[in-house]
Amino acid sequence: MTPPLIRLANLNKWYSDFHVLKDIDLEVRQGERIVVCGPSGSGKSTMIRCINGLEAYEQGAITVGGELVAQNDDNIEKIRQRVGMVFQNFNLFPHLSILDNLTLGPIKLKHVPRAAAEARAMELLERVHIGHQARKFPNQLSGGQQQRVAIARALAMDPDVMLFDEPTSALDPEMVKEVLDVMIELARTGMTMICVTHEMGFARAVADRVVFMADGAIAEVGGPDAFFSAPKTERARQFIQQVIH
Amino acid sequence: MTQAAALPETGGARPSPLRASNPLTRLLGDLRGRMFGTRRDALLSLAVLAILGSIASAILPWALVNATWTGASRADCTGGGACWAFVASKAPQFIYGFYPPLERWRPDIAFSLLLVGLVWLMVPRIPGKAYAIAFIALVLPITTFLLLRGGFAGLPLVPSDQWGGFMLTMILAVSGITFSLPFGVVFALGRQSKLPLIRWFCVGFIELCRGVPFLTVLFMAIVMLPFFLPPGTKPDPLALAVGGIIFYEAAYMAEVVRGGLQAVPKGQYEAAMAIGFGYWRTMLHIILPQAVRKVVPGVVNTTISLLKNTTLVMVVGLFDLLNIVSAGVSDPLWAGSQAEGYFIVGLVFWLMSFGLSCYSRAIEAGFARADRS
Repeated sequence: MTPPLIRLANLNKWYSDFHVLKDIDLEVRQGERIVVCGPSGSGKSTMIRCINGLEAYEQGAITVGGELVAQNDDNIEKIRQRVGMVFQNFNLFPHLSILDNLTLGPIKLKHVPRAAAEARAMELLERVHIGHQARKFPNQLSGGQQQRVAIARALAMDPDVMLFDEPTSALDPEMVKEVLDVMIELARTGMTMICVTHEMGFARAVADRVVFMADGAIAEVGGPDAFFSAPKTERARQFIQQVIH
Repeated sequence: MTQAAALPETGGARPSPLRASNPLTRLLGDLRGRMFGTRRDALLSLAVLAILGSIASAILPWALVNATWTGASRADCTGGGACWAFVASKAPQFIYGFYPPLERWRPDIAFSLLLVGLVWLMVPRIPGKAYAIAFIALVLPITTFLLLRGGFAGLPLVPSDQWGGFMLTMILAVSGITFSLPFGVVFALGRQSKLPLIRWFCVGFIELCRGVPFLTVLFMAIVMLPFFLPPGTKPDPLALAVGGIIFYEAAYMAEVVRGGLQAVPKGQYEAAMAIGFGYWRTMLHIILPQAVRKVVPGVVNTTISLLKNTTLVMVVGLFDLLNIVSAGVSDPLWAGSQAEGYFIVGLVFWLMSFGLSCYSRAIEAGFARADRS
């Protein structure tokens, strides 16, 4: 068996006295799709933000492709290039056109020639169904369109894994589907994905495993059907009840 | 309220004189609607018109109607109005200072280069703004300095104590404006540095400059620097003034830029980092372009105050525009021409400041259009 692409081993993190992540152990293989869910404040976002070093951790180890993720390490920028991230609030660069949002990273960091970077960017924008908006600026697009651009921007760096931090939570309900559809299409291409989301339809459609977090620890891991229809823990049962209604 | 309801403004449903075909009639109709639409508006407009009229009636006869335009001395100015003959006869000195008359083609070339740079930078249709900035920040200062100073290739040496007038004011202003913003950005970034020594140094520098009047900085520089220089050498007043203006105003720019940096959302830093940008690329490509856009009015405000601070260099013995006009009015031939001289100085500074304001508004409008469209 190939070694896991991402490994979180005995991960612990504190915000001063508050213990946010408790003994997290998780391995994600190449091509695997993980959905992370759990009540708010359970540490889901913090956990995936540790994977690309946006948050520091105090104990344990995270490796991506065998390389240790450490925030003050010179290597962190190389690792981040391999780990795409999509944020809740899109965080597109408002002073750059949609096209430039996608090409800035490849041109400046991977020294891709502009023409090649733009061709690749257009291809990705087509893939997220937004090709005709390439010359516009982020605030001319709707939230759903912006989030699809954000996904394309992360893909433009050709990452090994994509992290999604509640990508649909800031969207109006009618825009959630267009973003989820893009994520489902992405999952079908075999991309390794770790998604913090409460979208059960998405989890059922693509997830290989659902990771349920509560109070900073992983409480339960299982296949989506088993998890949603027959959760093993009381905590998960309560959570699923609340998400459904 | 009832009055406003009874007399709706033009542009409402009431048929307005805007429809008139003659442009002049249309303009007058438009003005009447906007200035005299209601009784209160009409009263206010009349009051302002009265004030403007009284100011104009005081100044215009002096400045234009009774003015004397040519003459060889104050004695020729007999009209009772302004003696512009004074300004006309002193104009070369006001512009070039004591620069040797035979060599004045050199400042003329420098002025032309500056004009080329400004037009290149400010006219939106001309491409290559990055090159325009490089031209103004690198080519222009070096060429201007070498050209004005000379002392090579057959150009006679003209030491900087002979430079003066409007030319000197422009040297101070352009170098100050060009370099205080980049240094200000450096100090602003330094102030937010994680490294304590860099942060303390920048905070110390900024607070020191902001806490001391510019005059004091210049006095201290001219009095104290000789203690630190090798005996016998004297600091060049122009170099002191240029350096002083750049760093003093950089401290103010730093605070303006810091405001912009704080206004950029944290998510922008995170998005840049998540792509793999390090500190410098994040700042250069993502944060600073957004931060500087947010603070254009503050930057221009500081720039205008810089422009006017250049007049303080008279304390280190430089003859900038203001100082050379002061020298000119003490010429016995033209005794009593203070009003004309200072009027012109004021007008020149006002034109430059107003030009900066207009340019700033054009930039802001451009950004607003990009944000909205």
